[in-house]
Amino acid sequence: MSDQEILDVLTRALRDLLMDDSIVLGMETRREDVPNWDSLVYINFIVAVEMQLGIKFKVADVESFSNVGEIVAGIKAMLR
Amino acid sequence: MQMEWLPIAADFRARLRAAQTTSSAAERIEKLASLAQHRLGFLETIQLGRVLGDSAPESASGFSKVRLAVLASSTVDQLLPAIRVAGLRRRLLIEVHAGAYGQHRQEVLDPASALHRFGPQVLLFSISAREAIAGVPVAAASGEADEGLARFVEELRLLWRKARETLKATVIQQTFLDVTDPLFGSYDRLVAAAPSRLVARLNDLVSQAAASEGVLLLDVARASQSDGIGAWFDAGRWMQAKMEIAPQAAPLYGDMVARIVAAQRGLSKRCLVLDLDNTLWGGVIGDDGLEGIVLGEGNAVGEAHLALQRYALQLKARGVILAVCSKNDAAVAEGAFRDHPEMLLKRGDFAAFVANWEDKAANLAAVAKQLNIGLDSLVFVDDNPAERARVREALPVVAVPELPEDATYYVRCIANAGYFEAVSFTADDRQRAAQYAANAEREAMLGASESMDEFLRGLGMSVAFGPVRPVDLSRVTQLINKTNQFNPTTRRYSAEEMEAIAASSESISLRFRLLDKFGDNGLISVLILRPDTAEPDVMEIDTWVMSCRVFGRELEFEAMNIAVEAARGRGVRSFRASYIPTKKNGVISDLYPRLGFTRADGPARADGAIQWRLNLSDYVGRKTHIERSAE
Repeated sequence: MSDQEILDVLTRALRDLLMDDSIVLGMETRREDVPNWDSLVYINFIVAVEMQLGIKFKVADVESFSNVGEIVAGIKAMLR
Repeated sequence: MQMEWLPIAADFRARLRAAQTTSSAAERIEKLASLAQHRLGFLETIQLGRVLGDSAPESASGFSKVRLAVLASSTVDQLLPAIRVAGLRRRLLIEVHAGAYGQHRQEVLDPASALHRFGPQVLLFSISAREAIAGVPVAAASGEADEGLARFVEELRLLWRKARETLKATVIQQTFLDVTDPLFGSYDRLVAAAPSRLVARLNDLVSQAAASEGVLLLDVARASQSDGIGAWFDAGRWMQAKMEIAPQAAPLYGDMVARIVAAQRGLSKRCLVLDLDNTLWGGVIGDDGLEGIVLGEGNAVGEAHLALQRYALQLKARGVILAVCSKNDAAVAEGAFRDHPEMLLKRGDFAAFVANWEDKAANLAAVAKQLNIGLDSLVFVDDNPAERARVREALPVVAVPELPEDATYYVRCIANAGYFEAVSFTADDRQRAAQYAANAEREAMLGASESMDEFLRGLGMSVAFGPVRPVDLSRVTQLINKTNQFNPTTRRYSAEEMEAIAASSESISLRFRLLDKFGDNGLISVLILRPDTAEPDVMEIDTWVMSCRVFGRELEFEAMNIAVEAARGRGVRSFRASYIPTKKNGVISDLYPRLGFTRADGPARADGAIQWRLNLSDYVGRKTHIERSAE
């Protein structure tokens, strides 16, 4: 998957979770940039992405992702 | 752990958007309730919960509000939307309060806590086994290990009692998930203080305590055994957020909670209606003949259908009514039950039997009418997807499980759906099948009678009655919460509340049991009179319920005669009564005028109550065909 395809998956997951189609994620987007993206939504987001892509993040990674770009990179590494 | 019994919503996203943009709250909630009837996964449940959260209507017609609090020693926020969505599936608007993390003791004990301000009607304790078993050394002897666990359960028991006493809430205790890892391996079971053994013992102890306290259980331990602990518990989520139940398990968890809340309110299903061809047996009897259908041992398909028959019989033994609704020639269908040697179910096991070529939706309506129960009490099991779709469309309140293609899994599908969730198992449940069989005999006698008078006289009825005693509480509570038709006020009481009412010397609570020559109908009516706060010498009929099984037997007249006598004995001069119309209680809209009450409407009330009054000095009891009997 390309960076953009992964970004699309992430965007769609977050839009679904928050029921908000105005959300646009970029590689630089941080959690605090998106209204209502709180810690519970973050965990649900991780679960949703894991279910959709059939992957499992390492707990250490989930804790350390500081922006969307790092999540994309983490997923790329797992899908490789 | 998919909810396979629910049909898939083909256009979920579009329908959810449509609901989200519906401006009328009432319409929105209807659209969401209809969507909630579908198989929702992890993501869909959160989405629906979010739109529902936006709606948050104060009230909606046809929905009941419930306040439920969850007190937990772990994070439960991931579970709350699913509880509300599952409530909506049962037309319950559940307002959820989550107690502060790990503060369940303080929340219960402190009368100024957020929990007490919330005032829950249902209180769910979701406690991790960790703290109970943490202090027990693996070398502990059996007695020592037990002591620590017993202390833990004893503390829970005191919390339950305190909660019931101060909050008057129904208490549900979640069983303990076994998230331990093997220590000795298979030998764990032989070591008294091996972690998994401790959790199992804890579940034993808490079940015993719950049984003796009348507390209900939410059995996630059992569910996690059948789904696999990996489906319920994810160690990563525990490390990250102290979630003991994984977010993916939320939809099923929520459904399990809502089943209990619904069951407590009398909303569980009561009747299993079965199709015949390719459901109760393999093949089509009209084409294949008696010898051609597949049923019985020695053939995998035959055994699968037999398993469904066996399960139906088990349901019948616990009080579920069985019925048949099939497109078949009636004589051929009935003949199969009479003549097929492998048939476990017999014609007499069914309280209603409809086999014809009419539309199944119309036939199901006829079954409900014949049994005098609501259409929303029916579960309709049919292997044919077209029939299922037709019934769902025509009668959305009938539960129609999406049966798997393979008959092997019919039973599991029906069982996992939790349609018949119970909160008690009363003597009345045990006798229900016999009572319905006796009703068939009564019907036959009615048909043969020249007049209603002759019929009633011939029944040889007697009523046994008296105040509600502690031994009657579970049946009385069940009846009050289940009865929708003969129920002028539709007030619901928990066992705790009912206990307080029965114990009050200011109230009169009466129970009635009707017997006749065909048998004992069981405890089928309860009448509660409470003192009127405004006027002395006046009592209000707070609650009066009667099972639909005994409609048309003049029991309402005899019960009123008895209530009037009891009240006169206390110097009461008059009764006040309200009839609050609902979708279900139209059958008794003229109850009070028939009993001699007169209209006494005060200022209009929000609940639309029609108010009635009866001066006891004017009351002339109607002579009935019911004798009074000693117990």
